[in-house]
Amino acid sequence: MPAAYAIEAEGLRKSYKDVRALDGVDLRVPAGTVLGLLGPNGAGKTTAVRILTTLLPPDGGQARVAGLDVTSQAAELRSKIGLAGQYAAVDENLTGAENLEMVGRLYHLPKGEPARRATELLERFDLSDAADRLVRTYSGGMRRRLDLAAALVARPPVLFLDEPTTGLDPRSRIALWETIEGRVADGTTVLLTTQYLDEADRLADRISVIDRGHVIAEGSSDELKDQLGGERLDVTLEDEADTEAAIMALEPIAAERPTLVDGVLRMPIHERKGAIGAAVLRLNQAGIGIDDVAMRRPSLDDVFLTLTGHTAESDDDGLGDLSVQETGNSPSEEER
Amino acid sequence: MSSFRYAVSDTLVLAKRSLLRIPRAPDLLLSFTVQPIMFVLLFAYVFGGAIETPGFSYIDFLMPGIIVQTMSFGGFVTALGLSEDLKKGLIDRFRSLPMSRAAVLAGRTLADVATNSISIAVMLVVGVIAGFAFDAPLTHILLGIVLLLLFGYAFSWVFAFVGLTSTSPEAAQSLGFIVIFPLTFVSSAFVPVESMPGALQAFAEVNPFTIVVDAMRSLFLGAPAGNNVWGAFAWSLAIIAVFATLSVRKYKRAVVR
Repeated sequence: MPAAYAIEAEGLRKSYKDVRALDGVDLRVPAGTVLGLLGPNGAGKTTAVRILTTLLPPDGGQARVAGLDVTSQAAELRSKIGLAGQYAAVDENLTGAENLEMVGRLYHLPKGEPARRATELLERFDLSDAADRLVRTYSGGMRRRLDLAAALVARPPVLFLDEPTTGLDPRSRIALWETIEGRVADGTTVLLTTQYLDEADRLADRISVIDRGHVIAEGSSDELKDQLGGERLDVTLEDEADTEAAIMALEPIAAERPTLVDGVLRMPIHERKGAIGAAVLRLNQAGIGIDDVAMRRPSLDDVFLTLTGHTAESDDDGLGDLSVQETGNSPSEEER
Repeated sequence: MSSFRYAVSDTLVLAKRSLLRIPRAPDLLLSFTVQPIMFVLLFAYVFGGAIETPGFSYIDFLMPGIIVQTMSFGGFVTALGLSEDLKKGLIDRFRSLPMSRAAVLAGRTLADVATNSISIAVMLVVGVIAGFAFDAPLTHILLGIVLLLLFGYAFSWVFAFVGLTSTSPEAAQSLGFIVIFPLTFVSSAFVPVESMPGALQAFAEVNPFTIVVDAMRSLFLGAPAGNNVWGAFAWSLAIIAVFATLSVRKYKRAVVR
């Protein structure tokens, strides 16, 4: 591959009628790494994937994948990419093996190779026993695994996974993560979109946070967390009515004015050492009852909240919910 | 040359995929077999006695018409299938593969030719049992069957466009019926055009269904053909040219719904 970057996008723009789905998106993914494109529904993740996989022409900007331009060299590019989406795009009335063979033949693999590759992938994705069963009898997790296997049939150097675990139950989700970690990531460049922070945290080398068509932050998970400064102390009061008094008591030793988030008082601190003792002492002196005190590293959730002013996930567990969550004001492209 | 070869092999891969659906979901087979039989019997025995068809027995008059109508609806499987593929994201997968841009549509429409052949065979057997008798040389009969398949193929492309355009499989199916059903009835398929009121008669005379049905009566029964046989082939090819172009263009920009 001529380029050091397997995926390179500059100033990508795309509008649907009067909605700006992408408003100047830059992405750079070094070959062999996993980029997590993280954002809420409607942020523009799927639009970005559709442009990079040649499904949608951009209105402006340019992008190269595996060294090939996504618009002018789309036809050549298609043999170098694999796409697994949120839909588990497999044919229900074919068996697992037939699905993979069909995809292999449509990639124009040499004679005999589609069948060999199908057997190999079914084995690798723990679907051998179900190889000759119709896909309509598969569970949701099995379909996603088959979909992922289909994306790998031609051993593409660049792989796009568009919300690979959306809609899966927690157990299938973790199983799919393990599959992606162990079997997808070796040497393949992966662009993974997700609205789940823990998913990006776990699978991606680097993360681009996207919101309302803009990349608003970029870096490794740790770098993003560091952008928020250091640690904080979470204090739960016995009586929330004491909040104002507690903020007064703690402010002198805090890095910033403490704030109440979901009933927990968050206090950014300068230094870990002695912080708990000092906080407890001051609250005791003020006669405020403490229920719990804990030292926290910022989570990606905090990063997202700080960067965008809203959380990435609107439901509590962020799992197994197929319904469309509207987090931003912008309509989601997935709903189109 | 090799891109043409790939287009052909891609099309065959996808036609096979469509046909595999039949044994896997056999309820679909009813619409190619039981439904046409039902129509033949209902028309022949319910309406047959009440409709005057000078020069023909009603079953002879009916068979070319009802087979043409059945051909025009055979393509609904294409509309249904494409609409489902869109909804399930399969079209996205196909569009991200290095395959021919026309193959998904060509594969589906080609599969319809196979199912339409089944329908023709079933209907001719039932028709003959009900008293239909060919009255033409074998070459004409065979040419007639080619015309039926070509006309059915043309409507598969109409349905391909409908399937890519409509918002759901159900909508695709009902849209197809709303457009095509009246066209088949305001034609010479079931009654002589002369029996219709003036405005309908004027429409029926230029309706391509009338032209194709009259061509079939000529090829199966030796009725005077005029220019109808050529006209019928020309209409079929024109419909294919227009709707294949529209459908492929639509496919290239297909969006998940």
